[in-house]
Amino acid sequence: MLRRRINRLLGRDERRADSRTINVGHRTGTSNEAIIPAKFCDNRIVSAKYTVWNFLPKNLFEQFRRIANFYFLIIFLVQVIVDTPTSPVTSGIPLFFVITVTAIKQGYEDWLRHKADNEVNKYPVTVLEDGLRIRKESEKIKVGDVVEVEEDETFPCDLILLQSCRDDDTCFVTTASLDGESNHKTHYTVPDIEKDLDSLNATIECEQPQPDLYKFVGRMHLYTNNQDPAVRSLGPENLLLKGATLKNTQRIFGVAVYTGMETKMALNYQGKSQKRSAVEKSINAFLLVYLCILVSKALVCTTLKYVWQGKPGQDEPWYNEKTQKEKDTNLYLKMFTDFLSFMVLFNFIIPVSMYVTVEMQKFLGSYFITWDQDFFDPEIEEGALVNTSDLNEELGQVEYVFTDKTGTLTQNNMEFIECCIDGFQYRYQDANSEVDGPCVTDGPLNKLQQKAGREREELFLRALCLCHTVQVKESTERSQDQVDGLTDGVDGLGVDGEGIHPPQEQIGLIASSPDEVALVKGAMRYGFTFLGLESKTMKIRNRNNDVEMYELLHVLNFDPVRRRMSVIVRAKSGDTILFCKGADSSIFPRVRQEEVENIRMHVERNAKEGYRTLCVAYKCLSAEEYNQADKGLKEARLALQDREERLMAVYNQLETGMSLIGATAVEDRLQEEAAETMEALQGAGMKDAPPAKAGVTRSWSSSNQDFGFIIDGATLSMVLNPSTESNAKLYKSLFLQICQNCTAVLCCRMAPLQKAQIVKMVKNSKGSPITLSIGDGANDVSMILEAHVGIGIKGKEGRQAVRNSDYAIPKLMHLKKLLLAHGHLYYVRIAHLVQYFFYKNLCFILPQFLYQFFCGYSQQPLYGAVYLTMYNICFTSMPILAYSLLEQHICIQDLLDNATLYRVIAKNAMLRWRPFLYWTLLGVFHGLLFFFGVRFLFSNPALQDNGQVFGNWSYGTIVFTVLVLTVTLKLALDTRHWTWINHFVIWGSLAFYVFFSFLWGGTIWPFLSQQRLYFVFANMLSSVSAWLVIILLVLLSLLPEILLVVFRKTHSPNTRQLSDGRLLQTSRINQFL
Amino acid sequence: MASSYNAKEEDGHVPGSAGHGGAAEAKSKKPDNTAFKQQRLPAWQPILTAGTVLPAFFVIGLIFIPIGIGLFVTSNNIKEFEIDYTGVNSDSPCYSCATNASWNNTTPCLCSLNFTLSQPFESNVYMYYGLSNFYQNHRRYVKSRDDSQLYGDPNALKSPSKECEPYRMSGAQPIAPCGAIANSLFNDTLELYHIEPNGTRNLIPLVKKGIAWWTDKHVKFRNPEGNDNLTVAFQGTTKPVNWRNPVYELDPSDPENNGFINEDFIVWMRTAALPTFRKLYRIIQKKSGPTPTLPSGNYVLNIAYNYPVTSFDGRKRMILSTISWMGGKNPFLGIAYITVGSICFFLGGGFKQAALNIWSVHGILGGVELSD
Repeated sequence: MLRRRINRLLGRDERRADSRTINVGHRTGTSNEAIIPAKFCDNRIVSAKYTVWNFLPKNLFEQFRRIANFYFLIIFLVQVIVDTPTSPVTSGIPLFFVITVTAIKQGYEDWLRHKADNEVNKYPVTVLEDGLRIRKESEKIKVGDVVEVEEDETFPCDLILLQSCRDDDTCFVTTASLDGESNHKTHYTVPDIEKDLDSLNATIECEQPQPDLYKFVGRMHLYTNNQDPAVRSLGPENLLLKGATLKNTQRIFGVAVYTGMETKMALNYQGKSQKRSAVEKSINAFLLVYLCILVSKALVCTTLKYVWQGKPGQDEPWYNEKTQKEKDTNLYLKMFTDFLSFMVLFNFIIPVSMYVTVEMQKFLGSYFITWDQDFFDPEIEEGALVNTSDLNEELGQVEYVFTDKTGTLTQNNMEFIECCIDGFQYRYQDANSEVDGPCVTDGPLNKLQQKAGREREELFLRALCLCHTVQVKESTERSQDQVDGLTDGVDGLGVDGEGIHPPQEQIGLIASSPDEVALVKGAMRYGFTFLGLESKTMKIRNRNNDVEMYELLHVLNFDPVRRRMSVIVRAKSGDTILFCKGADSSIFPRVRQEEVENIRMHVERNAKEGYRTLCVAYKCLSAEEYNQADKGLKEARLALQDREERLMAVYNQLETGMSLIGATAVEDRLQEEAAETMEALQGAGMKDAPPAKAGVTRSWSSSNQDFGFIIDGATLSMVLNPSTESNAKLYKSLFLQICQNCTAVLCCRMAPLQKAQIVKMVKNSKGSPITLSIGDGANDVSMILEAHVGIGIKGKEGRQAVRNSDYAIPKLMHLKKLLLAHGHLYYVRIAHLVQYFFYKNLCFILPQFLYQFFCGYSQQPLYGAVYLTMYNICFTSMPILAYSLLEQHICIQDLLDNATLYRVIAKNAMLRWRPFLYWTLLGVFHGLLFFFGVRFLFSNPALQDNGQVFGNWSYGTIVFTVLVLTVTLKLALDTRHWTWINHFVIWGSLAFYVFFSFLWGGTIWPFLSQQRLYFVFANMLSSVSAWLVIILLVLLSLLPEILLVVFRKTHSPNTRQLSDGRLLQTSRINQFL
Repeated sequence: MASSYNAKEEDGHVPGSAGHGGAAEAKSKKPDNTAFKQQRLPAWQPILTAGTVLPAFFVIGLIFIPIGIGLFVTSNNIKEFEIDYTGVNSDSPCYSCATNASWNNTTPCLCSLNFTLSQPFESNVYMYYGLSNFYQNHRRYVKSRDDSQLYGDPNALKSPSKECEPYRMSGAQPIAPCGAIANSLFNDTLELYHIEPNGTRNLIPLVKKGIAWWTDKHVKFRNPEGNDNLTVAFQGTTKPVNWRNPVYELDPSDPENNGFINEDFIVWMRTAALPTFRKLYRIIQKKSGPTPTLPSGNYVLNIAYNYPVTSFDGRKRMILSTISWMGGKNPFLGIAYITVGSICFFLGGGFKQAALNIWSVHGILGGVELSD
């Protein structure tokens, strides 16, 4: 007994690995064996990270996991524990500030999440329990509960649709909140189950929760009295996802299969990996250098201190005795604490404020993208969207652009252009025949000289009308759902909303792909109108205005691997026909070869012209064939494991031996200014690789006079996944070489994963170039996530790309400004910000280091404590922040006009070691100048006209004043774009320094233990010599740089044009190599 | 900052939205067309060109050179006399004092030095004492004081700050003033005699007021309040270990210069920036009439030698100096100004010429840029 139990437990555990079993309505289904009810998580959604209790420790822990914060914490602790030159307050206040602000921000965000969670979790739902309708809070739903959902409510958990109050056992949902697709999707009830849910006795076996929204595999066992259980297959069309909204259906009942954190929505919220920009990596590298400088400074000082103390009388002269405690301390411990003290003294070289400023710059700076009116698209009434502000500067560094073609390069606004039936071309003359075109029952085909037989024409058109998954939108919904881009009235008349047309002509067509709509509408022009699908019956009106009915038996769905779709229908006459349409490459091998040649010519011509081509084929199925297929399909659909593969096998088997009827050509117009944008990006030195879905677009190819390289998905998969390992590297490197030497690479017919593979390959190639992916559809998501920068187009293929992107723009043409202007400016701004920050802290701390040589290496700070603290927080932080938000070293229009300017900053040009060395040397030069300038002045400290002398705090204050003035004026020199804000902030912070110093030195502050700076600043200003030395040193520090700027300009007039010319030339040469 | 800009979305409706059956809720999301948000704030865009910078250099040179010359001349005109009286060498009059000097001596060791001023010192003469290799800027030393005590805070008087260790308490009694700085107060006494050609010694009057910063003397340093009698005010405290007299006997003759507000004490308490420093000791006021303050001739410096410096290889100096508007003698500023000024001047002039040459060689009409 026990053993059986254990076995069962183990068995369940084994099963748990791949599937779960649910009792519908918690009724034990099988009479012979009682299934132990499995434990599932409750329906509580917890998106919040913290609770009231763990907020403080958890948040602090997470914050201090950041290496910078941890470093500052260590410094602070050292200051607290060891007797250090500066009080813990000096580093404690900035750290506290940063930590608090971050904690408040995160706490607030978490509070919002808590609120949202509560709203969801406490939402009342109706659950059927033992025939009673019980109101419950949403969080109390358990797996297996039968839940009732009414119209316009969102589903509280993932449900299997059991019953709908619609007659055709369907319901409509929108998944706008999940993937942004606002069109109505049809979901089906599990077929043939009892109407009375209370007596329903069934179990559901389904896969374990997984995040893919579009995949679901399950099986339902229906138990009726003492019979063998009936089995029904469950697919994504039966699954109602939490977060989706019920539309157009009064009420449904469903059984909960996944709850709470196991719903697909919850699973989808996790794990979007963080991208780090190249600038951030540079910062970390520089940080390491500065850390080395810091440690070596401390080491040098500690060593010298003990060398110096070795001389008699220096260590402890009679006037400066040590405390007893100091005397007792162990020598090595003393050395160690001395080292720590020096670290603390010099730690300002790595400022907390840099992180804060960089974050603020990124956060505030990204608003300029959202605010930009040029990104506003009046059609969709939206502007750009910034999902992450961490990558602003990366936009200025892009070397490779990967674009999706459909919807990105093109408008995804399909128009039926022509078709070819049995090798005869039918072009639809839209201009003239618009008036009489579709209405004329005889059809417009007579305008063409050569025609195929009428029989074939009609077959072709019927195929177009039947082989699709288009839905006809009910006219009642039309008014409320106008926004959807996929809706389109017949001939655009419906859009006008004029009431003169009878209602039946106002048909809206909804489809997942606009190609299908275009084809159905194309068929309509030739007289075949698709009227809709009603309870598995497709109705079409033929040329003679008769309504033909077809029973829809099976839909063999489209997928990007097969690149075709089929339907099996049964005509009134009883014939069972399979219609198939798909890409030429996937159709041609499956039809009789003698038919191919005629049509191939047309298809190739159309493809060359840039149209999207599809081939249409059909096959009559005998009853026997059909029965076999039907069985195969049903079996495969019921499979829990490898369902996809098995379905695929049946599909492939079915879609053979067809006969080709014709081909269609649909035009997808280029996006506005797509060619110009691409040209501009090429001018900017970027390489483009549009892994397009199909075909070359006309204008696109013509804009590419340079070398292009075209590869298709099948070839690519051979390149990327060859049979032997040794070849893999060779192929890849060859492919890369070819790609890198071409200005454009076109990869057609790619699976989403292949797109990502290409991006990854380029990303990891030599020199690790910065890649950008841009796309609009769900199939671009992998590519968007893979690239350094992912751009989503707010197009017609839903919102998935936008959700997963880093930035979203309405149109491709906006990419030009986003990269050339915004990206360039952000990069220059943040690069300057970073370099400047390191520079200003180097020349801040260097004098303090030098001072150690004059104070017996005693860690005496040169500056007053308040100056040490305020330097980075107040005196020098605002000008650089304003600079890093407002600077336009070249005005936006010029950046847009001269795309080549983008190359100037390519390859992280402003943050490489050379510029870093330049800034570091500048900092060293300034630091030396400040210190020794004042040092020579103080060779006679009697600096006032009353003979009185200055002390060490005056010394530090003079150095500090020179420092603040110099670094601020240095920034002023670098500022090329002086708005009133720059003026205000630069002069304001200098004025603030003076004002603050007066105020600080003007009073005896009771909370200070030492009044070190009392009247030091005022006395300094009363000394003419101090004034003169300040002016001298500031001027002398800035002089070399001014000279350098002027010298460069004088020796190379028209630098810009010259260098541009050279750049262009070299890039040309590169291509020939 | 960001949110405040977010809030002002008052652009009204998009023209197209009216067609959709008056969908009034479709408030436009179009970003505001403000100069700030569109990054079109009017801006001044200065560009440093040879044409603007070089003349500026030229002008700077023109200004700096005269200032430098002025500074240099002023510094040169300052009369300064310096004499080392440490007594390291055995032939020095203070040699014996230097070897014997110690804090414990109850009687000061006296020595005197003769010196000659070759030039007369006009106007006020300032007398400094200078110390070398004395680390007043050592951290342990700098912090070893209690400013609250010196401010007259009765609590701090009785329980000085911990920073004063090991000069905080003497036995059970708090030290006033506490700390290493106060403890090591410079306590040599200097007297200056002018020896007239006939051999008479005239004591030169030394003014001991006005040597400390005014704000220090009047605000930062205060005697404990409550009693005019300093002896009472300082009751319960003890003198610093190395002092001979308690703080209320620093200058018994003048109550305005006694206790914490003794100017010698205040001057000492302002720690020097470098290990070699000078501090103002006395002022010799200019005499009325045409006679110089210190006529040229022979002088005697009488020293009450108390302050030991030889133990740490220190030096003691007495400095006499006149003062100008720029302070004491320091040729550095003048030379620096002349150098920088000259560089600017020549760069400004020379570069302009060079730039002109280049432009003319290249045949580019750069005259516009250069001429303005």
